[in-house]
Amino acid sequence: MKIRSLPTWLTAALFFLVVGVGFQIVFSQGWLSAYWQQVIMLGTLMAVSALGLNLKYGYAGLFALGHAAFYGIGAYSSALITKDWVTGWSGNPAGGLAGVLAIEVGFILTVVAISYFKIGHLRSQLRDSLSRWLTPFEASVLATAAILVAGVLIIVVIGGGSGWLVRRGVLALVPPVLGALPVAISQQVIFLIALLAGAVLAGLIGFLVGLPLLRLTYDYLCIATLGFGIITYVFFNNADKLIPTMKGARGMVNIPNLTTWPWVFICAAVALVVMRNFIYSSTGRAILSVRDDPTAAETMGINTFKFKTLAYALGCGYAGLAGGLYAHLYSFLHPSNFTWLKSVDPFVMVVFGGVGSMTGTILGAYSFEILLEGLRVLPAEFIDWRYVIYPLILLAVMLFRPQGIMGTKEWGFLKLPSIAKRKREQETSAGAIRAESCASESQED
Amino acid sequence: MSQSDIHNPDPGSNSTVLKIAGLTKFFGGLRAVHDFDVEIKQGELVGLIGPNGAGKTTIFNMVTSIYPVSEGDIVFKGQDITDLPAHEVTHLGIGRTFQKIRIFPNLTVLDNVRVAYHPHARYNMFDGILRSHRFSQGEREMTERAQEFLAVFGMEDLQDTLASNLPYGAQRRLEIARALATEPELLLLDEPAAGMNPREVVELMELIHFIRDHFALTVFLIEHQMRVVMGICEWITVIDFGEIIARGTPKEIQNDPKVIEAYLGTQATRMVA
Repeated sequence: MKIRSLPTWLTAALFFLVVGVGFQIVFSQGWLSAYWQQVIMLGTLMAVSALGLNLKYGYAGLFALGHAAFYGIGAYSSALITKDWVTGWSGNPAGGLAGVLAIEVGFILTVVAISYFKIGHLRSQLRDSLSRWLTPFEASVLATAAILVAGVLIIVVIGGGSGWLVRRGVLALVPPVLGALPVAISQQVIFLIALLAGAVLAGLIGFLVGLPLLRLTYDYLCIATLGFGIITYVFFNNADKLIPTMKGARGMVNIPNLTTWPWVFICAAVALVVMRNFIYSSTGRAILSVRDDPTAAETMGINTFKFKTLAYALGCGYAGLAGGLYAHLYSFLHPSNFTWLKSVDPFVMVVFGGVGSMTGTILGAYSFEILLEGLRVLPAEFIDWRYVIYPLILLAVMLFRPQGIMGTKEWGFLKLPSIAKRKREQETSAGAIRAESCASESQED
Repeated sequence: MSQSDIHNPDPGSNSTVLKIAGLTKFFGGLRAVHDFDVEIKQGELVGLIGPNGAGKTTIFNMVTSIYPVSEGDIVFKGQDITDLPAHEVTHLGIGRTFQKIRIFPNLTVLDNVRVAYHPHARYNMFDGILRSHRFSQGEREMTERAQEFLAVFGMEDLQDTLASNLPYGAQRRLEIARALATEPELLLLDEPAAGMNPREVVELMELIHFIRDHFALTVFLIEHQMRVVMGICEWITVIDFGEIIARGTPKEIQNDPKVIEAYLGTQATRMVA
């Protein structure tokens, strides 16, 4: 049977099986040095981060430069959770987890409550009913004030209240439940929860940042998100004032070294499949239409702002997941890894590989990491030349292939499912079955 | 409303679809549209003409909420839509095409049409990610409906082509097909014949008549080519410098001295000849 005629999900499963198990064997047999194992894992997790940027920039057309900030948010928040489990810096091994989850649940419930009560709509209703007794100006001021008070109440009561409950619950329940498990397993469970919590936190902050910023486009959006990147960097640098164990500019140490090839690989595979299924669905098409022509998308009934925010938040979540894997790969975090300059790295990967191509983004991520590290084979006196050679390669690619290595093309199961092709295949496979059954009948005769 | 009503229009009982009153638009100190009004009834085919820069497209952009309205009211089927966001205006049943083609160039022809079905999608984002049963069912339904639409426009063989690779006339047809896929009751066509050769223009005029009858539509159209407007519109509004200067049947407009002075000019002599 030819590979081309296999169903898409089967080729994808085979591909993931071969790559995942293959590298696991290579790693466990020690055919690659520990250093190169780290480089390949770094390339894989950067591919996840770059996939997130590709969603923002390649699919939604948002020229945003704050990716490293979300990478850092994911890294620090997940590191706080696992480090607490191992060292107990906060006094309770689940303290970090309780804190992050409390923020997330409080945040989500606040957003749900605000949209449920339709705050903006309430304001105009209140203003209209007040203007029966008051001048329009007074009515408007009073209505705005009332809505602000209501908003603060929602944040404090619903957000704060649910956050407090979640924190108490996690502190009371998680240590005894997970503590009953063997240490090795409970660590892996905490790691999984930490990765997800870091990704969700990055996504939520992306949503919050996106609400005001995504009303901008092009270079204005770029500068505004750059501003957010700088704020985050300053926060990481001074974070020890708030959470001493983050150690600010000295760098956070003693993060458990939990990132292994299976973790990186499974995260990347799931992230890739989710991205592929997401973009080849109705929601994905809506996002692509917003990129291609926002005005036309609006007249097709697409709420462009909603889909821009969705793509942005999801892209930030991908960065957060990659950050969590990164934090537990080197067990050391320093704010300088999350400056706005580091936001350029995933950009280079996406543009180098092909804007709007998942295959290209992944190729870009690996070639970026492997070239930069691979050039270390140069003699010691030339080692710094790799920062000249790599940019020269970039220049050459941009000059001779400005659309990137892949352009917008995809390989294998990442291709856009083609309707006409599927029809043809159904017809031919039906023909093949008929031929087979004829053959078996003749054999029986 | 059934199709037979369209074929036997009864002007007395027809309901108003779009009613615009006192519509005004300022761009800074420039008054682009001043005190525009129009009332369009169910099933009519109405034209809006005027010289370049008269404010025709600005009016369309205000009706579809792409531009905010400075003053005035727009009422669609009895509902005030003046301050609604553009996508909600579409949901209520106003579809449009653009003067400069605005298809989604990097999507396939089929996907261009399927985007229109997103607001009515039977599955959500998570169904898509998990490829659930609801996803495959909803997607199949959307695809079949989109393919039916493309078949009406004779484009079913092009469904996997990138929209940017289509020839010009086909891009225009795709844009109309896509607008119709939003299931509008009122279709706004902004210079549909722009850039078409005479043969394509004849085909387009037949197409507009066909879709009006087939989809029970009301059509409001801007056009530059006099042949098109005079050939298919039941009545016409003429604007110049953002103000209405004439209104009437194509015949009346052709002979209106104000219109000839403002707009037709040398073309009028050609048309008479």
